Amino acid sequence: MDFTFSDDQLAFREAVSRFLMTEAAPEMLREIWETDVGRSPDLRHKIAEQGLTALSVPESCGGLGMDDVAWSLMTQELGYYAIPDSLADTAYVATGLISALPESVAARDEWLSRIADGNIRIAVGHPVNPLVADAHPADVLLLAHGDEVHAVPRSLADVIANPSIDHSRRLGRVVWEPNSATRVASGEVGRAMWAATLERGVLSVSGQLLGLAQRMLDLSVDYTAQRKQFGRPIGSFQAVKHHLADVATRIEFAKPVLYRAAHAVAHGEADVSVRVSHAKLACGEAAWLAARHGIQVHGAMGYTWEVDLQMFMKRAWALDASWGDRGFHKARVAGLVLGDAAALGPGRTFGE
Amino acid sequence: MELAFTPRQRAFRAEVRAWLADNVPRTPLASYDTHEGFDQHREWERRLFDARLSMVMWPEALGGRGCDLIEWLIFEEEYYASGAPLRVNQNGQLLLGPTLMEFGTEAQKQRFLPRMASSEDMWAQGWSEPNAGSDMAAITSKAIREGDHYVLNGQKTWSTRAIYADWLFGLFRSDPASSRHHGLSFLTVPLDAPGVTIRPIRALNGKEAFAEIFFDDVRVPVENRIGDEGQGWHVAMATAGFERGLLLRSPGRFQHTARRLVALYQAHRESADRDPTIRDAVCESWMGAEAYALSAYHTVGRVAKGARIGDEASTNKIVWSELDLKMHETAMRILGARAELVAEAPEAEDGASWLEGFLFAQAGPIYAGTNEIQRNIIAERMLGLPKS
Repeated sequence: MDFTFSDDQLAFREAVSRFLMTEAAPEMLREIWETDVGRSPDLRHKIAEQGLTALSVPESCGGLGMDDVAWSLMTQELGYYAIPDSLADTAYVATGLISALPESVAARDEWLSRIADGNIRIAVGHPVNPLVADAHPADVLLLAHGDEVHAVPRSLADVIANPSIDHSRRLGRVVWEPNSATRVASGEVGRAMWAATLERGVLSVSGQLLGLAQRMLDLSVDYTAQRKQFGRPIGSFQAVKHHLADVATRIEFAKPVLYRAAHAVAHGEADVSVRVSHAKLACGEAAWLAARHGIQVHGAMGYTWEVDLQMFMKRAWALDASWGDRGFHKARVAGLVLGDAAALGPGRTFGE
Repeated sequence: MELAFTPRQRAFRAEVRAWLADNVPRTPLASYDTHEGFDQHREWERRLFDARLSMVMWPEALGGRGCDLIEWLIFEEEYYASGAPLRVNQNGQLLLGPTLMEFGTEAQKQRFLPRMASSEDMWAQGWSEPNAGSDMAAITSKAIREGDHYVLNGQKTWSTRAIYADWLFGLFRSDPASSRHHGLSFLTVPLDAPGVTIRPIRALNGKEAFAEIFFDDVRVPVENRIGDEGQGWHVAMATAGFERGLLLRSPGRFQHTARRLVALYQAHRESADRDPTIRDAVCESWMGAEAYALSAYHTVGRVAKGARIGDEASTNKIVWSELDLKMHETAMRILGARAELVAEAPEAEDGASWLEGFLFAQAGPIYAGTNEIQRNIIAERMLGLPKS
């Protein structure tokens, strides 16, 4: 029993954080988000050079074969630096789905190699999400038709933009016609792939929400330590302190829930859906509390376009209902908790 | 990350589970806030000790069995899952015990710890004073050195179960010229010493659950001091760290409460569902208890790798105390008009155990450092915000 990360995993996270701190500064993100496509091939190239797009790709296809547990650290960094959906969706969620495709799918290894090289964007249209994120700049879209999985070239789909309040988000209604040429899985296999993709997608946004929460907390601590009223920093007032202490506490106790869920996904555990939904709820609530208290302690500055808090706050508001809203996840938790009391209680945390 | 228990850990769990199944009293003991119940609990502690299950983490030579933190978590899970009695000597075992391990001399450890593990000695805590609550550094009770004795004068209060206890540990001002956290010493005091007067205080449940203690020229040998003279604050803060942290309230306790709450909800589903927020609160309770358990395993794993539990322990205290309150509030709401009935009431449900727990849960955000103090600590030490 060792519910911790290895030194290597932690060091890798640290390296990614340092890289994104320099390369994805808020002022740069703002510039990128102002463009029509909202994405920067240059930033994507740099990220790929760091090997970030190759993390999940199996070693046989030029990747690092990293699992969901290590990704639960990575997604927090992507959230912390508000890296748009395309990266996690391609390098983590889509990679998981494509890796699970049968060898008979001719393009499988080619897609995986191109993901590792960083020269393909893949969007994932899971039925739980009404719209598809980053469909517009994608090269390939993974779309659902019933249980079937279709890999649709961008040229065969129309994307109708649905702008979000979060400028990092590029959502689209995808209009397409399923046909046998695009179908890569169906029946039981397809259903299992969509089910696994759901858990991975939820895990991905959960980690990002937690990273966003931490970023908003850090911004709020910095601001309240500097901003003076009544002749002293407002961060010295208990009312302000307690707001931020509550956010810190919420974040501390969401982390292990996320890690437990990541392990459940990585090992296909029986209670995976409950673990993952618990993580989503814990991380989403931490992010929303960080936003609520963050804007409060920023005062009027928090309500401006100018102060960076809004970038992370809006993304937190948006991601909270992506990959299943709270009702969806609460229902999954309730299914276990209110259904079978025998499966609860002390000593069940690790499925004994 | 390796989330399987080792064969040794599984065997330990099985042993504990089997022993508890054979030994946990079938009818609940009387409240340990009564003489009768206190004696029953002392007897229960003795049985635990004889099976070497009283203080599993302590070294064998001191009455324990040398378990590591993971085994301790396993023990606690099984203990609470079995519905075993609450631990009556926890002030000594969980607060003073770890302090003695860290600051006590070999002789002090031998003298105090085995008798504490077996509950031959019951311990009360002597920190708070009428004018030193959250502001503990305002302590004025004195311990003036006279040769190889200290002479104690002053008053302590909110000392849990002190009217039944044999010993007290607490902070006294050994340097009369000192102020705040300087010049304090950490002393152990036999409560039958001449000059000690204990006056019970009735708690919310009407029972004499705590007491105030008066010291009039009470002579305590110097060998009863834990740590150096004048270093009492440092020694006490280490104890406070343990207290706020994991040891005092292990996750098994709250997971067990969450499971009982689910069962209560299931038994009253039809009436409970008329209030749509109850169902959500029940699910939240399970998630909260589970998150606390996961955090404990994560922390324990980090400690095993050499990390030290620091100020993040303050987040623990807030989480378990507020979770406990929330769970008991939800139970009261489910029980509805019967929730107010005390144990003697013929129509009280579940022996009014939810009501007892509800009352005790009110104290959680107050004792062991109020949650407001914990939030200050988090803000100032974890987040680095400026001091008030």
